[in-house]
Amino acid sequence: MIGKRFWSWTIFALAALYFLLPLVGMLEFSLRARRGAYSLDAYRNVLNDAQFHQTLGYSLILSMSTVVLGLLIVAPTAFWVQLKIPRIRPLVEFITLLPLVIPPIVIAFGYIRLYNTSSVLPLTGSARGTDLLLTAGYATLSLPYMYRAIDTGLRAIDIRTLTEAAQSLGAGWMTVLTRVVLPNISVAILSGSFLTFAIVIGEYVLAALLDRPAFGPYMVWMGSNRAYEPAALAVISFGLTWAAMAAIQFLARRGHHSVKV
Amino acid sequence: MPPLPAKRPQASFSVWLGVVPFFAFAMVFLILPTLHVVLGAFTRPDGGVTGDNLAGLLAGTILSALWVSLRISLWTAFLGCIAGLLVAGAITHGGLPRGIRDSITTFSGVASNFAGVPLAFAFIATLGRLGFITVLARDWLGINIYATGFNLTSFSGLTLAYLYFQIPLMVLIITPALEGLRTEWREAAESLGASGPQYWRMVALPVLWPSLLGAFALLFANAFGAVATAMALTGSALSILPIILFAQIRGDVLQDPHLGYAIAFAMIVLTGLSNLIYIRLRVRSERWQK
Repeated sequence: MIGKRFWSWTIFALAALYFLLPLVGMLEFSLRARRGAYSLDAYRNVLNDAQFHQTLGYSLILSMSTVVLGLLIVAPTAFWVQLKIPRIRPLVEFITLLPLVIPPIVIAFGYIRLYNTSSVLPLTGSARGTDLLLTAGYATLSLPYMYRAIDTGLRAIDIRTLTEAAQSLGAGWMTVLTRVVLPNISVAILSGSFLTFAIVIGEYVLAALLDRPAFGPYMVWMGSNRAYEPAALAVISFGLTWAAMAAIQFLARRGHHSVKV
Repeated sequence: MPPLPAKRPQASFSVWLGVVPFFAFAMVFLILPTLHVVLGAFTRPDGGVTGDNLAGLLAGTILSALWVSLRISLWTAFLGCIAGLLVAGAITHGGLPRGIRDSITTFSGVASNFAGVPLAFAFIATLGRLGFITVLARDWLGINIYATGFNLTSFSGLTLAYLYFQIPLMVLIITPALEGLRTEWREAAESLGASGPQYWRMVALPVLWPSLLGAFALLFANAFGAVATAMALTGSALSILPIILFAQIRGDVLQDPHLGYAIAFAMIVLTGLSNLIYIRLRVRSERWQK
């Protein structure tokens, strides 16, 4: 028995070393911008860079639009499929899983060829159109997570009874959806939203290929032009991802709790 | 909750209207773009049908990039499976305290999503030529790790970085399977006189086998589709297939647009097949987890 414990702790220690060292290294490196002493210079440079604010702001807006678009598409669909046409559920589920199978770079490639200036739907012809395309692309990438989160949330409540009760009180479909169903799956919606946020905020491939000024391409540009600032950016980006994932874990635990009660 | 019964057909037309936005969105932003790429892989610039584009994959730079991509994906999937299995084993059957177990699961959830540009920066800051460990090893131990042939922008460096998201993914997907190994099975095996290795070989491994193979397939696909980590880490020093495709989309470096389609098609086939294997085997392995 002691042997087993010993090996478990050894494995744990090795894993901790491998997973913590890059984080420590990243933090240490980001403080090294001034020769001979630790300083926050790299962070100061980043925070004073107008491009940092522009690109991060752009990505924040983009991630929020993605969440809204994703919710508009997924929530009513998941609700409707469960309530009215459960037999097409496997098909819907299959489609929402496709973005895990098709690499994002391939999806971006398809967009560029299909929606260029000489096509029926010339989305890449204007900045606004490209933003729209990028938002739709991110909503597509987040489909698997968004759908699974909301579908699970819906399965945990009795939507049929809730819907019928609301309708017998005279509620229309919109009222049922916005005032009865959505508030009951708010934890699921928030989880899906935070995960989407974490995916979008530092995404590189789609933004770079569609040539939009997002945070991901900015980080790569910094990476090839500066020494210490990239590490500071990595710390900031890691902090944002951590915050989003921690929020999900927190919500998941609270969600479990309320279901059990 | 049991599946809800479908409504009677008379309302069917208006009922179907409810899912039109979803299918329209999926069509325009997922299925048509993918289809366009797939069809492009089989057509000539003049529109005729051809297999030449796919044959073009098996020559020159593309073939060597495909080879590097396959090697790195197989290798990191293999190492990720073993390391992830060890960690998952330690937290499920190794007698570690509950708190450690929970924090490993939480961390795995975060780290499996910590791919891309920031991950590359973290490794450059740690193992780059001026990185944290590189400097520590030089100043304290007098070891120049770059003199040993290690290079962060090479195959070994990329492997090390990829494992940072591969191992946590393995921990996340294999933990439920390990939890499904009941103590009773071990006790039953032991009471029949089985030794530890015999229990693993004749009871645990046959039960775990589908999960392990499925996880391997998923990790392979996960590594094969990754682009941003490799680009930010190596620039274009190491040609993997997605980096070639990226350059091709940006500037037609292969001077043949249809070769780009063929690369994209090959990527879909490879990640698609491995995901299919994963899903198939997961269904089989879930039998034991009920």
